[in-house]
Amino acid sequence: MLFFSHFLQTSRGEFDSSEFEVRRRYQDFLWLKGRLEEAHPTLIIPPLPEKFIVKGMVERFNDDFIETRRKALHKFLNRIADHPTLTFNEDFKVFLTAQAWELSSHKKQGPGLLSRMGQTVRAVASSMRGVKNRPEEFVDMNNFIETFNQKINLIDKISQRIYKEEREYFEEMKEYGPIHILWSASEEDLVDSLKGVAGCIDKCCKATEKRMFGLSETLLPVVHEYVLYSETLMLTEEIGKLEDKVECANNALKADWERWKQNMQNEIKSAFTDMAEENISYYEQCLATWESFLTSQTDLHLEETSEDKS
Amino acid sequence: MTENNFSLKKIEISVSEAEKRSGRNAVNMQETYTAYLVETRSVEHIDGQSVLTDSLWRRYSEFELLRSYLLVYYPHVVVPPLPEKRAEFVWHKLSADNMDPDFVERRRIGLENFLLRVASHPILCRDKIFYLFLTQESNWKETVNETGFQLKADSRLKALNATFRVKNPDKRFTELKHYSDELQSVISHLLRVRARVADRLYGVYKVHGNYGRVFSEWSAIEKEMGDGLQSAGHHMDVYASSIDDILEDEEHYADQLKEYLFYAEALRAVCRKHELMQYDLEMAAQDLASKKQQCEELATGTVRTFSLKGMTTKLFGQETPEQKEARIKVLEEQINEGEQQLKSKNLEGREFVKNAWADIERFKEQKNRDLKEALISYAVMQISMCKKGIQVWTNAKECFSKM
Repeated sequence: MLFFSHFLQTSRGEFDSSEFEVRRRYQDFLWLKGRLEEAHPTLIIPPLPEKFIVKGMVERFNDDFIETRRKALHKFLNRIADHPTLTFNEDFKVFLTAQAWELSSHKKQGPGLLSRMGQTVRAVASSMRGVKNRPEEFVDMNNFIETFNQKINLIDKISQRIYKEEREYFEEMKEYGPIHILWSASEEDLVDSLKGVAGCIDKCCKATEKRMFGLSETLLPVVHEYVLYSETLMLTEEIGKLEDKVECANNALKADWERWKQNMQNEIKSAFTDMAEENISYYEQCLATWESFLTSQTDLHLEETSEDKS
Repeated sequence: MTENNFSLKKIEISVSEAEKRSGRNAVNMQETYTAYLVETRSVEHIDGQSVLTDSLWRRYSEFELLRSYLLVYYPHVVVPPLPEKRAEFVWHKLSADNMDPDFVERRRIGLENFLLRVASHPILCRDKIFYLFLTQESNWKETVNETGFQLKADSRLKALNATFRVKNPDKRFTELKHYSDELQSVISHLLRVRARVADRLYGVYKVHGNYGRVFSEWSAIEKEMGDGLQSAGHHMDVYASSIDDILEDEEHYADQLKEYLFYAEALRAVCRKHELMQYDLEMAAQDLASKKQQCEELATGTVRTFSLKGMTTKLFGQETPEQKEARIKVLEEQINEGEQQLKSKNLEGREFVKNAWADIERFKEQKNRDLKEALISYAVMQISMCKKGIQVWTNAKECFSKM
């Protein structure tokens, strides 16, 4: 049983106090998500991290599944808070502020008015599956979502594979430097050169570790979240197939869709830019190390040859 | 160019080409092999121009024959090693096949390096068989075999026996043997790990290439991000393909280390020869001492050691004074001979140690120079790789930020 504590600071007037600290379990988050989906069936609800460790996935981004999950849950809440509509959701407020016993009793209450309407919309939607006259914009959205789903999944796999390969490279590199030290023990005249190379390799090794860490902090979680998002989208999209029976629902979805797409572009762009920056930084560090070694060697060489001459 | 002024004139040797051939081998079976073109150029002092004087084709096995010959005739020399017979310390991409073009190319360079080392060795460069290797294509093999060098070679068994039983080898050789064992062990280990590191690095680079294709497909559905994605994908492809050249260069570095891995064996060969000579000397001295003792016993009549003759004498009666005299005379002759032999063996031994040690000093200096250079060239390779990486990722970053 795991409790996540979160600390909420708010300047919004509707809260009784400006600071709250509460403990929540994973299933509380699940509950919240479910309520939001019921209440706002035409909005794109942020995804939750997986309940169990997914097989084949790089489970331990930072050797800490719990830490990864914590960060993802934190993201989840922030996304809701940033959403123009969801942030005012009652269940959300309760989630953030209620004590454990308060939340339990709140959960037991029946679904609210809004969510009852949501249920109707869902029911209508499922009865209209396969409707022929779909508005064009939803055809576009449909195509986008399908392709996006495919591509983001591939990118997720590739990114995780890169992490894995970098990790294995790092493991081998750890062994590489020390051999040069070992060698220097039997070579009087090569001690400086060998120790120098060993030092460079060790520094590059650390730089690789930093790069891996960067990847796991920025790119991997973002991409993975969008994988989960795209699964959510595949479902929400069903609603979009409605005709103007639920006109306002269509518009709400459209607006949210545009907002989501804009966010996605910014975040993907940012994540990849960060990854590129991490790589640049990695190579710059390694370059500096090796250049410094080379300078020391060639300076020594010049010293030696001038000694020979004198 | 005559043989005499061969080593005095400046020459350039190159193994310039490799060609696949097929022919029949010793047991008349069809086989494919690679032949290497060995070209020798003489450099004219006046204008520095080089003139092609000899050009012939040699197989790897002929290089092996040359080296075996040199090992027998110059046991006090640290004979340069040949490039490996089969590809070892490979990482997954490299083929371990002897016919693989990359392997053949690296072998060509290794063979050239071998010939250059022999040609620049103060003693080896004057060898007639080496000269003929470069100049006489036909019947060279027969000429080498006619020297009878195989018969002169010390048997492995004899050498092993000497190693275990020698009592007073020169301490420097014992240390040298120890050093060469360490050298072999550490370079092997280094090469193994390097191969694994190369394999992993290959993986990292190549997986990035997968981004290229996916970005390209994704860009089809993105209006604003499309161009950025597409061009970023291109840079990922460039990054992924850059590893091939990087690792090919590193392979040359590995070859430089391998040469010294094999040199360790050449060092051990010199140590073995010393042990053999020393053991031989010790045995000769021991034999002489025992003969002297026998002689003394016969002359004084005292029997300190057991001898069959002594026993039979006791059983079947004393021998006559004439017989005794005859035996002493024989022994005295043998002792004389033995003393001469011991003297010359001693001299030989000292000469060997002196010459061997001079060559070992020369080798040490060469090794220090070469390995230092190799490490520097490794650093240069790493620098080049880093610069390429910075460039590709800077380009990619620009594309991403334009998305």
